[in-house]
Amino acid sequence: MFMIFGIPGPLLFGQLLLGLINGAFYAMLSLGLAVIFGMLNIINFAHGALFMMGAFVSWMLLTYVGIGYFPSLILAPLIVGIFGLLLEKTIISRLYKLDHLYGLLLTFGLALVIEGLFRNAYGSSGMPYRIPSVLQGATNLGFMYMPNYRGWVVLVAVVVCLATWAIIEKTSLGATLRAATENAPLVQAFGVDVPRLITLTYAGGVALAAFAGVLAAPIYSVNPNMGTNFINTVFAVVVIGGMGSIMGSIVTGFALGVIEGLTKVFYPQASATVVFLVMVIVLLTRPRGLFGKAA
Amino acid sequence: MFGFSRAQSIAFLAMVALIVICPYVLYPVFLMRILCMALFACAFNLMIGYVGLLSFGHAAFFGMGSYIAAWTMKNWQVDAVVAIALGGLTGAALGLVLGYLAIRRSGIYFAMITLALAQMVYFFCLQAPFTGGEDGIQQVPRGTLFGVFDLSNDMTMYWVVAIIFILGFLMVHRIIHSPFGQVLKGIRENEPRAISLGYRTDDYKLIAFVLSCLIAGVAGGTKALVFGIATLTDVHYATSGEVVLMTLLGGLGTVFGPIMGATVVVSMENYLAQFGAWVTVTQGVIFMICVLAFRRGIIGEIGGYLRLAL
Repeated sequence: MFMIFGIPGPLLFGQLLLGLINGAFYAMLSLGLAVIFGMLNIINFAHGALFMMGAFVSWMLLTYVGIGYFPSLILAPLIVGIFGLLLEKTIISRLYKLDHLYGLLLTFGLALVIEGLFRNAYGSSGMPYRIPSVLQGATNLGFMYMPNYRGWVVLVAVVVCLATWAIIEKTSLGATLRAATENAPLVQAFGVDVPRLITLTYAGGVALAAFAGVLAAPIYSVNPNMGTNFINTVFAVVVIGGMGSIMGSIVTGFALGVIEGLTKVFYPQASATVVFLVMVIVLLTRPRGLFGKAA
Repeated sequence: MFGFSRAQSIAFLAMVALIVICPYVLYPVFLMRILCMALFACAFNLMIGYVGLLSFGHAAFFGMGSYIAAWTMKNWQVDAVVAIALGGLTGAALGLVLGYLAIRRSGIYFAMITLALAQMVYFFCLQAPFTGGEDGIQQVPRGTLFGVFDLSNDMTMYWVVAIIFILGFLMVHRIIHSPFGQVLKGIRENEPRAISLGYRTDDYKLIAFVLSCLIAGVAGGTKALVFGIATLTDVHYATSGEVVLMTLLGGLGTVFGPIMGATVVVSMENYLAQFGAWVTVTQGVIFMICVLAFRRGIIGEIGGYLRLAL
């Protein structure tokens, strides 16, 4: 067995991989938060609850309907996305003229309702979700054994993040979106249906969270608290990255996951708090966040 | 009196009268929980109502005050007033550090930063040896006040809690109506203008934050003595959410709103406790109703109806 900095290599790489996986979820969640914040000026506190909902919908599809993992990757985000669309149309759209804090309070209440309902129905112990047979097993990479599913999650997350980035930065739809973020009335004057764009943005961000939830289902047990455990850390990630840049959110998410993984190797006691410590350092040196724009 | 308007004086006297009468009708321990949470909500209201900053991490100061009061009481057998004062000072000290970081941003970011910092405090409490981890600090004696009054008697404890609450309430009111409080309101309304007038707005915000945390710590310490227990629940973000809910429901920036909100929320939890997670669902629904249709809160609506600032 070879050693790196006095740490067995497999242990180090194993934790790095775990860090990358957490980072993948941080990236997908903070990306959705950033996109929604850009358009709606709302911090979607219900993001964690909708992530959990994504995992639960895929579990329900498998348990009640017999629909497997791969169709769920499309279906669950679609279902949760439609739910998000209805939420935006009926409730959230009433808040745009108010102080931004009301959006935060409303979505916080929404998160409580969603989590409470799932806890009533399924308890908080959690349900297992089997890894699909194609992705079971592990591959020998030479320096470590990598469980196939974990490699798959990192790969898919990177692809989805880059695709989102490409849609927003490189397509004409994305250009309209960015323009509407900068100056909505002007874009509307050009004949773009901005309210519809806002609705679709919210649904898209929510679907992204649900997609992350489906990916997470086989790794963590499907339980009503799984979103909350993530979302508090994701808020710190968002503060560190600043919400100005899409690529910034992705990079920050992955990087913090890796830092967390490494901390687990070298100083496990601090692994739960290291993201928050990074946030403190960033606040002291660059209060606007690493990729934040001037206020 | 303390800058109260005529209507507020009447409301204040009515509140004091209720505090005096209620323990003869209702269970004192239940009332003490309301008073502790009401004081906590008043502390939170100082920030959101008068500085315009939404702290989503106030449980950190409440919970730390609770832990320190419980720990000193249990291990050093100090006087109750010392334990509660230490709880308050711990809240203030923590508030100074976290507030120094958080006031660098405002609006939504301030809320997220305070939430994240409080989460850090939560993980610290989960691992630190003195908090007892998942078990918390249990069987904390109530001790005596000034070495004279035995607080193990519920009624004696009640009067102490009532006095702490009223003093805390008056302190918040005094802060708001001092020249310092006027500057805070000025910052809330137009910060660039306050800066151009020469006020160091960051200092003002930080002092307000520390004062708010001091009172939150006192509320937490008092709560720890009343129930003889300090646990992770006190530092959990759900407690932060609860105090936001109380203040929102009662009326942000109203004098009596937080107290009304705390009364309703604590009573609701008490009666709904048997239904498990429905408490969470109900709280969430109240949040949404308040934001969508009821933004002035109970006291704000009553005040609006009577054309009075309550």
